[in-house]
Amino acid sequence: MTPGLSAIDASAVAAARARVPAAFGAPPGRQARTAILWLAFLAWLGALLWWFDVSPVRIWNGIGGVLTILRLMVPPSPGEHLDDILKGLGESVAMAFLGTVMAALVAVPLGFLGARNVATNALFRFSLRRVFDGFRGVDQLIWALAYVRAVGLGPLAGVLAIFTADIAVLAKLYAEAIENAEKRQTEAVEAAGARRVLVMRFGLLPQVLPVMLAQALYFFESNTRSAAILGIVGAGGIGLQIAERIRIRAWDEVAFIIILILLMVAAIDLLSARIRHRLIGARPAP
Amino acid sequence: MTTAALAAPPAGPAVGRVLDAWSAQRRARRTATAGYGAVCLAALLVAAWASDVRPATLAAGIPRIGEYFWLILPTLRWEALFAGPKVEGSLAFWMYRLDAWAWLMFETSQMAALATLMGAAAAFVLCFPASRNLMQGAPVTFSVVRRFLELFRTVPDLVYALILVWAFGVGPLAGILAIALHTTGALGKLFAEVVENADLRPLDGVRASGGSWLHGVRFAIVPQVLPNFLSYALLRFEINLRGASVIGFVGAGGIGQELYTVISFNYYEEVSAIVLLIILAVSAIDLVSERIRHRIIAGARP
Repeated sequence: MTPGLSAIDASAVAAARARVPAAFGAPPGRQARTAILWLAFLAWLGALLWWFDVSPVRIWNGIGGVLTILRLMVPPSPGEHLDDILKGLGESVAMAFLGTVMAALVAVPLGFLGARNVATNALFRFSLRRVFDGFRGVDQLIWALAYVRAVGLGPLAGVLAIFTADIAVLAKLYAEAIENAEKRQTEAVEAAGARRVLVMRFGLLPQVLPVMLAQALYFFESNTRSAAILGIVGAGGIGLQIAERIRIRAWDEVAFIIILILLMVAAIDLLSARIRHRLIGARPAP
Repeated sequence: MTTAALAAPPAGPAVGRVLDAWSAQRRARRTATAGYGAVCLAALLVAAWASDVRPATLAAGIPRIGEYFWLILPTLRWEALFAGPKVEGSLAFWMYRLDAWAWLMFETSQMAALATLMGAAAAFVLCFPASRNLMQGAPVTFSVVRRFLELFRTVPDLVYALILVWAFGVGPLAGILAIALHTTGALGKLFAEVVENADLRPLDGVRASGGSWLHGVRFAIVPQVLPNFLSYALLRFEINLRGASVIGFVGAGGIGQELYTVISFNYYEEVSAIVLLIILAVSAIDLVSERIRHRIIAGARP
């Protein structure tokens, strides 16, 4: 009936395009900008590929090398030193546990000092937070390498590295948890005539303790992953075993250790998730 | 009346029962707490034993920590602070190789950027088959892709780097690929979660008007999820910059290689100089990327 509803065929579209080209695409200015952005992106990409010497030949040869390694990894074998591997695995978990517990213990008072509703001196709080930020920028592995030079090879360096790297992050999270605590409970304890310390003990701590424990558990999980590699720089744990096996190109043993690490990480995740559920209920941690 | 009741509570049998119940409950709670505490303490002792942390090693080690970190700190003298690089105690003397280190830091950031780009591209391709709501018809593909992403994610990038250095040779390429592999797994999972939270009605619309599955993804899903993808990729770039600064420890390029040398040969003051540079670069990128992320998320909300 109406001509608009009858067939819109290709020729009609072409005619319309010829009449009002602006309706069929972005305005020319924006098109030009998009084109320039794409060109700049491609130029950057090309420059990087040239700089890092990424050529098809190199990629091809590398993939060949990876395939050879993968073929040598099957079947995974424990080799002759299964006891060393298991000991390294246990050492990694122990390092992660000890480092996390120590960091969490130190982070609690630091968190109170960094929280807005507890520490009233703004300048002090500000500088403390900046120190936290600075510590956060240094990777755990750098701490590990430094501690290896300071206290020698072995798991102690790894424990200290986990401890140092986690204090700042945990303290920041704890400070945030304390700031987010419900004010009415602390006010109630205060109204009942309690001293400042008692207000924190009975008004604040019961609210934030489960959150703090849950955060510490999260860190324990992530630290078991990182404790598995700290050994690469000599800070104890399974990383040492894996680095040694790679050095002598015992790829089947490397694969075996990697599988064990995956299993260990999965087991720790499961355990920690169970404990977390009991602590804070089904609600996911923030 | 209420004040009178408060002043002298009636000491009837009901109050006694409540008191008894309360103290019984408190006893039970205290026993439970003590039990958990004992388990924790035992675990700590076992952990300390297993990781060789003993009073003797601690007593021997802790003084050396202070000593070492004291040596690392630069000796700056106030009156010579802005003197030339030849004067001991000046900033220029401390940072005497600033040009080389700044270039290495730039290289590291570009490694992280390229690795994030590669990882995000791979994750973009893999996340749609790894989303439960898009793969109702093909549960096998779904779980295979999911397992692959899990595998990529769980192996640390440093382990990938150790292996790839054998295959690709010492240098930045091995590091970039190692970080990209790990990023694929990490971002793939996050991307898939975003897709699973997407509104499916636009997809139904595209499919109903005759579009294929790919058309549906392109025109119904991607426009919804792209801002979140970008934001996650930027967040990952921040993480990868930290990772790229240490991946050189195993010979995979970037400033980590220099840092490893400097720490291993005990060039004390250079350690603090390089670490300071890394901290500055990381916090600068964090700041910029946080701004961009907030803008992306704000722009995504109509």
